[in-house]
Amino acid sequence: MAKSHRREASVASAIAALALVLAIAAPGYFSAENLSDVFLANLPVLLIAVGMTLVIVTGEIDISVGSTFAVCGVVAGILAKAGVPSVLACAAACLLGASAGSLNGALVAYVGIPSIVVTLAAMTAWRDGLRWATEGAWVQDLPRSFQWFGLTQAEFPFVAAVVAATLTAAFAWGLRHVAAGRAVYATGSNIDAARLAGLDTAAVKWLVFTILGALTGLAAVLNAVRFNQIPSNAGIGLEMKVIAAVVVGGASVAGGTGHVLGTVLGVVLLAAIGPALTFLGVSAYWERAIQGVIILVAIAADGLRHPVYRRVVGVVAGARA
Amino acid sequence: MTPEREAFSRANDARLKGSRSTTVNILLSASSISKSFGDIHALHNVSFDLHPGEVHALVGENGAGKSTLIRIMSGAEQPDAGTLTVAGRAVPRMTPALAHTLGIAAIYQQPSLFPHLSVAENLALTLEAGSVWRRVRWDVRRRRALALLEAAGAAIDPARLASTLSMPEQQMVEIAKAVGADAKIVIMDEPTASLMDEEVARLFSVIARLRAQGAGIVYISHRLEEVFAVSDRITVLRDGETVATRATASIDRSELIQTMVGRALTEVYPKRPVAPGDVALELRHLSNRALGIHDVSLSVRRGEVLGVAGLVGSGRTELAETLFGLVPSDGGEILLRGTPVRIDSPAQAIRLGLGYVPEDRRQHGVVLEMPIASNASLASLGAVSSRGLIDRAAERRSAEGHVQRLRIKTPSVTAEVGSLSGGNQQKVALARWLSTEPDVLILDEPTQGVDVGAKAEIHALIQELAERGLAIIMISSELPEVLGMSDRVAVMHAGTLSGVLSRAEATQDRILALALAPKPVARAFQARDRRP
Repeated sequence: MAKSHRREASVASAIAALALVLAIAAPGYFSAENLSDVFLANLPVLLIAVGMTLVIVTGEIDISVGSTFAVCGVVAGILAKAGVPSVLACAAACLLGASAGSLNGALVAYVGIPSIVVTLAAMTAWRDGLRWATEGAWVQDLPRSFQWFGLTQAEFPFVAAVVAATLTAAFAWGLRHVAAGRAVYATGSNIDAARLAGLDTAAVKWLVFTILGALTGLAAVLNAVRFNQIPSNAGIGLEMKVIAAVVVGGASVAGGTGHVLGTVLGVVLLAAIGPALTFLGVSAYWERAIQGVIILVAIAADGLRHPVYRRVVGVVAGARA
Repeated sequence: MTPEREAFSRANDARLKGSRSTTVNILLSASSISKSFGDIHALHNVSFDLHPGEVHALVGENGAGKSTLIRIMSGAEQPDAGTLTVAGRAVPRMTPALAHTLGIAAIYQQPSLFPHLSVAENLALTLEAGSVWRRVRWDVRRRRALALLEAAGAAIDPARLASTLSMPEQQMVEIAKAVGADAKIVIMDEPTASLMDEEVARLFSVIARLRAQGAGIVYISHRLEEVFAVSDRITVLRDGETVATRATASIDRSELIQTMVGRALTEVYPKRPVAPGDVALELRHLSNRALGIHDVSLSVRRGEVLGVAGLVGSGRTELAETLFGLVPSDGGEILLRGTPVRIDSPAQAIRLGLGYVPEDRRQHGVVLEMPIASNASLASLGAVSSRGLIDRAAERRSAEGHVQRLRIKTPSVTAEVGSLSGGNQQKVALARWLSTEPDVLILDEPTQGVDVGAKAEIHALIQELAERGLAIIMISSELPEVLGMSDRVAVMHAGTLSGVLSRAEATQDRILALALAPKPVARAFQARDRRP
């Protein structure tokens, strides 16, 4: 427990340092307008990262979220154009996302295919399927009721913030206090022990992929309503941003550790870097490189924890031989 | 050094008189080797030597230290104290690479081939010399592999991938490797464990040829018939110490078994007789082809501790895994309180009132990264939650109760289990099953790698649970523990029961004799043929 808090503390101090530099060099960054923009732009990352935290804690990964995101957004737009009420279009996108996630989850949990393979295939299939279906065309002429969910441009950020905060808090609390949350950690830490304790580890894995899919669908709609057209190539590279945020937030890709709070901090840190560079006058091309360095540092910190563990296991294995 | 051994060395020295240095005529000598893993003394002051042209058998119970000794001789482990001498030269630091150069080849129980490479490539990897940039001559490589396999008595196509080989075939490839390395010292750890009778015969002729060429062979086997058939000398290890080195001709089977166990029951076990209740669990001709279990029939009553003894690989753990639904059975019946049940998953086993503390607690027993409280409640989350929500206070109270009752040494129930000692980890694994209140508790090596104090506490707990009416199945490699704690002892051999002894009948000699039951392969075949 202590070690994960340490990680959260260091991410939080990195955010604080960044905020301090910005407050001095570019006070404009903290205008309500800019903060609202940054929040809305990163809302999809946050929602998907919460779901990704569950998947990574079970020791799996999903790199298809960017493609699912694009498909769900386009489908929601088409439905809205066809006259379906925004709320129903949003529900349909969530359902579609959940189905895509549940297909991934079933292939991982019940067929036993490694998640990286399953979701790599899903990523390509959804992306190219969408390209084929739309022929690259964007969804345009969206009805007024779809944009901002029929709210005003000023109201929407508040509603979105409430939705995001509620969901994030629910998952943070649920992972700690719901029996199923415990099963997620047990499955990722030691799947054999979890099975022997009577937990249905396959169902756990299937469920976390399904939840991630549903959250991806929701994220796609909340993003789509901000614009008057929906690009069919949305979400390219989104999976990397999401996974980076989760890993920076302290979850181990080996499974078993990670918290929603850490993920939130990871999202904030990565979200702050891009605009910060712009405000500081650094070329935006550096954004990805700097993100890469941050991920590398986070994973290296993860690797530093492990040799000790491995040594202990090695001694025990030796004694048993 | 025993008198016999001294006599033997003297005789040998006399035989080899004329050469300038007598030590050169000892191929390998390990003297005063000690090795500990944490608190466990695997070897203490062990000495062993090997002459050219002899087969020297190494025997002992599970955990006597045989494997550790050969791992030290082949450079896989470093001893804490003692010296290794190869062909008269002291080797201060043995490594696997140095062992290879010195002509030491080890064939382990579990073959270590590269599954995705062909047989010829596997052989070439250890045998071909030269730079990594050399040109590979595939035809030469193939011809050499064929010749070596033939010398090892195996008809295997060198082009086959190692992953397609059966266990005995892999074993034969390992032997071919040793033959090809022109090894002067060949260490064989249970080489016949997976071989059929005719393959054993072929192996013995390979051994005879190696011996005739002047190689020395260290031969480890649980099958005493083979030891008598093939060896010149026998060294007996017990609890990490050499107890005797004898010429094979001067010792018989029963004397050898006595030497292997020959330990007085010094520990005091808290065993008190409990009036046995109803039959809690009964197995009728239980089989599990996937795990090699066949035709196991036994029963255990409430209040009874049924010890399960047997050598490593005899199917004890596999029987437990079948019972707990990890790999469901495919034949026979399981009856709980007289009702036939089907157990397909651990979750179902738990619902039916079974509990299982597995053998390897770090791998299967506890979740090291989780705190004590979460580990203890993992199998009984329903009991500490309402409508799916965990009542953390209740969970904590329950865990604190376990910590107090089992005397788990920890600052708090929020401490990660990985930070505890082995004995305390095992107590946490036990606590998990106290929370589910099972009727039948299966314990697999409950005190393995646990210090003496914790061991006594675990034994006391087992007794207490039996008195509360639990039926306990206790698998253990430690004969004194089996004898000390059990009301009855079931002995397993080659995947089935070879006998059940009452507390009065059970002695170390009788258990070991049943565990070593001869002709296991033939017996397994008969059992398989009988099945409809």
